[in-house]
Amino acid sequence: MSNASARSSFAAGFLRTFIAPAVILAILYQAIVAAFGKNDYYMYVLTLSCMNVILATSLNLINGFTGQFSLGHAGFMAVGAYLAGSLTKFTHWPFVPALVVGAIGASLAGVLVGLPTLRLRGDYLAIATLGFGEIIRMLIIASDQIGLKFLEGPRGVMGITKYTSFGWAYLLAGISVWVLTNFIWSTHGRACVSVREDEVAAEAMGVNTTRYKVMAFCIGAGFAGLAGGLHAHFLQLLHPSSYDFLKSVDYLVMVVVGGMGSLTGCAVAAVFLTVFNEVLRRALELRMLIYAICLVIIMLTRPQGLLGGKEISLGAFKYLVPSYGRSRAGSGERGLT
Amino acid sequence: MSTAKRLVSLVCLVLVFALVAGCAQKPAEPAKPAEQAKPAEPAKPAEPAEIKIGVVAPITGDVATFGVNTHRGVELAVKQLNDKGGVLGKKVVLKVEDDKNQPTETAAAVQKLITQDKVTAIIGSVASKCTLAGAPIAQSNKVPMISPTSTNEKVTQVGEYIFRACFIDPFQGAVMAKFAYENLKVKTAACLFDVTNDYTKGLAESFKANFEKLGGKVVEYQTYNVGDQDFKPQLTKIKAQNPDVLFLSDYYNTVGLIAKQVREMGLKCILLGGDGWDSAELGKIGGTAIEGGYFSNHYSKDAKNPEAVAFLDAFKKAYNEDPDALAALAYDATMILCDAIKRAGKLDGGAIKDAMSSTKDFKAVSGSITIDPATRNPIKSAVVLKVDKGGKFAFEALVNP
Repeated sequence: MSNASARSSFAAGFLRTFIAPAVILAILYQAIVAAFGKNDYYMYVLTLSCMNVILATSLNLINGFTGQFSLGHAGFMAVGAYLAGSLTKFTHWPFVPALVVGAIGASLAGVLVGLPTLRLRGDYLAIATLGFGEIIRMLIIASDQIGLKFLEGPRGVMGITKYTSFGWAYLLAGISVWVLTNFIWSTHGRACVSVREDEVAAEAMGVNTTRYKVMAFCIGAGFAGLAGGLHAHFLQLLHPSSYDFLKSVDYLVMVVVGGMGSLTGCAVAAVFLTVFNEVLRRALELRMLIYAICLVIIMLTRPQGLLGGKEISLGAFKYLVPSYGRSRAGSGERGLT
Repeated sequence: MSTAKRLVSLVCLVLVFALVAGCAQKPAEPAKPAEQAKPAEPAKPAEPAEIKIGVVAPITGDVATFGVNTHRGVELAVKQLNDKGGVLGKKVVLKVEDDKNQPTETAAAVQKLITQDKVTAIIGSVASKCTLAGAPIAQSNKVPMISPTSTNEKVTQVGEYIFRACFIDPFQGAVMAKFAYENLKVKTAACLFDVTNDYTKGLAESFKANFEKLGGKVVEYQTYNVGDQDFKPQLTKIKAQNPDVLFLSDYYNTVGLIAKQVREMGLKCILLGGDGWDSAELGKIGGTAIEGGYFSNHYSKDAKNPEAVAFLDAFKKAYNEDPDALAALAYDATMILCDAIKRAGKLDGGAIKDAMSSTKDFKAVSGSITIDPATRNPIKSAVVLKVDKGGKFAFEALVNP
């Protein structure tokens, strides 16, 4: 493939994955607004859904595609949120650079955690990442004791400017999914999948498994940090308890329900579970019961998740995923390992 | 070819972003005047027949009992108000939302109550972290919000529409200092607290400051870290000074452990503490060591003011259970809010907010309440409870700061 045609397919891929659905959804949204009027609450839920899409898809890169069991996603989110939030609040940075720094910071945290812990496997890694998440939270709680008085420790920082709108959340969710899709279908992504499928065989084939595990962790954590930054400027509040272990579990549930190893699947699950959670709000005491029963039913009937290892490609959306048609033929059925 | 395609995609990207940003911007701007106009509407001739009040509480999640009791307190207050003909001749209708004790959920719930249900005011949430997330939304929509139990000072600093029905953390230190100096008539005290916990530290600092202001002397000021089990080094230093009282501002589990070691060391001082002591577990952990101690609390079911007696009676009848501080404060928050609506005379957010901040000597279950217009914190009395034989709590005194 020549360089020019590679670039053109890159641009076309960008067009297909990101712009086309964006145009369709934007038009759809305008139609809905025209028909039913504007509604801040629906916007709130949609914005939240977009942030959850970023978190679920990035966690899927680590858990679903690379096969590393991470429970520290909320910790990376906290790093991004506190970095981005502090930058806009205390140093009056503009929104976008603050988000970028938050994402890079979380990414570095990902490498920092990844290098020593990725030698571990399965349960051990899960516990190590869980520990990392808690360490981050405890550091934030103790921040006023260790010289970062402005973070106010357990009291949290309030009064963050509300920069996050649906537009920003949607744009960044689109970019995240696009970058992750391209990564997964690239050489590096293939190497990550090979680590999941059989680490020993991958190593024997010359794949530097540690390198790819750290790479997946770094990218996944970076996007979690990005979502964290969005979340901080959405809630207008930085509080250590927003990023506890249970949050990591929430995103894990989205990944498992959507399908480990299916980006579109977990994106759909993220939106579905966010909306479902809102719909059930009025059920009060029965809320978590209904939610849990639904999850159990889904797991009993679709243990591989809603989409398993497949990606959605519906009629008109058939060409939206770049190189999808080509790669699918090569990869075959990719279920859970 | 490829350049053209790239150009097209770039143009598309810009267009899409403009479009998407347009979607997001539009609802934000015109929605605001619409929202502001909403509370004003009922003042016009076409008045709704009911007053909608939103409730946000953690009815599921890690502190579900807090949420359930808060809900009950509000429910009881509204039932009593409606039985007496409602507020401003209108029936009060509750819209209850669960927030799982998670800040993101509280924000969504507050947004839903304001946008979907168009509530006049909101009661909630329980934990400070949740109220802090919901408050900016209520504030920007000019909907009054009162939290029954969020003690973090920052909650009401969000804006002039945010209130609370409970006292803030440092206040308890002041109450116990006054109780020790005036009721127990002691002159020397010592503090022992967890330096990593904002709550215990805040209480100890304010106890020390107030006790010294009254003329007492804090002879030892010792700290430990969360999770510590052995307090003997600190207690040895305290024993050398032999204070009359020892102020332990931690939660019941740690306090129980410390109390045992205090008695093992042969210290005779009286133990004092804050509302973190309020648990049936305290007596189980502390055993006889904790007996004779005093702590401040929001509410006691043994309080003798007529409102408290009537509330205890009604609550027992409705739920067949003794009310706790959360139920009492939720009941008070509802009553303060409805009293403000009555005095405002209309369902306008701004008018209700003004009426609420001018609340004066309101006779509530947890004592007489005056809202400080500057901080929107209540000025009220605290109850002091004594730990009796078998770890039971008995009402000791009502202390005004």
